[in-house]
Amino acid sequence: MDLSSINPALLVASLLVAATPILLAAIGELVVERSGVLNLGVEGMMITGAICGFAVSVETGSPLLGFVLAALGGAVLALLFALLTQVALANQVASGLALTLFGLGLSSLMGQGYVGIKPPPTPKLDIPVLSDLPFIGRVVFSHDLMVYFALALVAAVWATLKYTRAGLILRAVGENHDAAHALGYKVVRVRLMAILFGGACAGLGGAYISLVRVPQWTEGMTAGAGWIALALVVFASWKAGRVLLGAWLFGGVTVLQLNLQAAGVAIPVEYLSMSPYLITIVVLVIMSADKSRAPASLGRIFHASA
Amino acid sequence: MTLTRLLTGAALALGLATTAVAQDKTKVGFIYVGPIGDGGWTYEHDKGRLALEEHFGDKVETVYQESVPEGADAERAITQMALQGADLIFTTSFGYMDPTVNVAKKFPDVKFEHATGYKTADNVSTYSARFYEGRAVQGHIAGKMTESNIIGYIASFPIPEVIRGINAAYIHAKKVNPDVQFKIIWAYTWFDPAKEADAATALIEQGADVILQHTDSTAPQAAAEKAGNVITFGQASDMAEYKPKPRVSSIIDNWAPYYIERTQAVMDGTWESQQTWDGIGPGMVEIGEITDAVPAEVKEEALAMKEAMANGEYHPFTGPLKKQDGSDWLAEGEVADDGTLLGMDFYVEGLQSEIPQ
Repeated sequence: MDLSSINPALLVASLLVAATPILLAAIGELVVERSGVLNLGVEGMMITGAICGFAVSVETGSPLLGFVLAALGGAVLALLFALLTQVALANQVASGLALTLFGLGLSSLMGQGYVGIKPPPTPKLDIPVLSDLPFIGRVVFSHDLMVYFALALVAAVWATLKYTRAGLILRAVGENHDAAHALGYKVVRVRLMAILFGGACAGLGGAYISLVRVPQWTEGMTAGAGWIALALVVFASWKAGRVLLGAWLFGGVTVLQLNLQAAGVAIPVEYLSMSPYLITIVVLVIMSADKSRAPASLGRIFHASA
Repeated sequence: MTLTRLLTGAALALGLATTAVAQDKTKVGFIYVGPIGDGGWTYEHDKGRLALEEHFGDKVETVYQESVPEGADAERAITQMALQGADLIFTTSFGYMDPTVNVAKKFPDVKFEHATGYKTADNVSTYSARFYEGRAVQGHIAGKMTESNIIGYIASFPIPEVIRGINAAYIHAKKVNPDVQFKIIWAYTWFDPAKEADAATALIEQGADVILQHTDSTAPQAAAEKAGNVITFGQASDMAEYKPKPRVSSIIDNWAPYYIERTQAVMDGTWESQQTWDGIGPGMVEIGEITDAVPAEVKEEALAMKEAMANGEYHPFTGPLKKQDGSDWLAEGEVADDGTLLGMDFYVEGLQSEIPQ
């Protein structure tokens, strides 16, 4: 057993990369759930984004365009969900699950011709002086664009929800949609936009997996990352800061357990494999011991009463 | 003759004719554990299937099902294939062992070939390739080329086949480089590109500059390419798009000759249950092109070792060898027997980690 072989700088750098897809999906889902819609289709939207981004990248040679169209792909799938739940007033849980299954199948179909192909590489940031600093250089300044974008997005979502009028309206719709409607806010429109945003973020998260993390396309490659993001939002009590912490914790322990295995640590492999899930749940549950609740209208169907 | 009798007679004749025609075509089924596009294990089996179609033309009809999970669902998939009229079914993963045996009991007229397993029956054969011969070559190249003396190994499940591979590679790496160290990560999957990429990255971060894998995707090659100075080997198929570096060589499984032979046996009626374990000699294991990233004398030594194994002159598990706990295993010049190899559950001396249970 040789713990000295684990390099802390590389570990933290890998942690940030591993956390990004889940972070993106979770922050999108946070916005959706704060508006009062329970969208269980995160996995489907992620994997649709993964194949859209991958296909576009391979065809056009530009990863950036891939990411943009992945967000669009995720949003289009989410639009389907929005139509079902906001216009047709279908049950949100059932629609979300159906969306997941549909997304998985659709992405397999779309991905038929793309198995085994190498996508164009996503460029990493390389600032001349800053990237060469001993620890901080590798950890902070040497990532690809999406890592920084995800962190900026979390900050933006937090600031919007807390300090802006738009955020307040979103929260109001999520807490009590009847009161919000009585005040004249367009509940359906707000929720629609939130759902599209959530779909776009999940699509970006999925594209990150297929373009940067692996990078390859395979059927079902998100391997449950969407479900983890969903659980993360709940365990984080719908607070953006805690979502960030949870994503880092999950990504970090996942990377750490692989490094521990490679270093030959004597803990059985099975325990190491389940550690990311256990540790994230335990930490977030302890943190939620304060009396945060879910948005009061979460999952309830909105009937516009005159 | 009445109309009904005429029609019955015609129907019977037609029925017999169609069954006769149907019996002319041998239906061969394949159950795959991964997608045919994995560029690894399943891809090679599918190449074997295509070679079968090309060789026999109209006389065979092949069907396949990919990404069948090992376990209870496999039994359903194999049963369905047998019900559809398959005469010969190839189940291409270790985890299909019990499902194959169970279904074989229900369909005594259908022949089953199980890859990499060890349970046989009157209508179940097993076949496997001596991958450890290929691993010996890989270990030799890896030992010579590593500069950090750390070799990373992405293992899948702790079954004898995987442990044999690790041992064979280690023995030969150590022979040419006594300071070499193996770091092993157990991925518990045959095919999961995300997990394999993470494992490869973790190994590279820990200093490995050679990555060996027993998993089926090209994700470790991609991770090695990203990192720069790391070499890898193609697993089960050539993984040629990563030549000349990081992929410096590969083990290629060549199933086509075996599949053609067994299908011919079914057609001739001479099929019998047997256990086949072929290596480089009979052509079931091929070593992929060793690229120029490998120094010339290392390449020559590797090719010489390959020839010696093909002729039967050299066996990768030749003593003196000890087990990890220090006890003696093989004396000087003694060669391991197939039985021990098939049930191998121990590491050789020098490997530092434990085998998970």
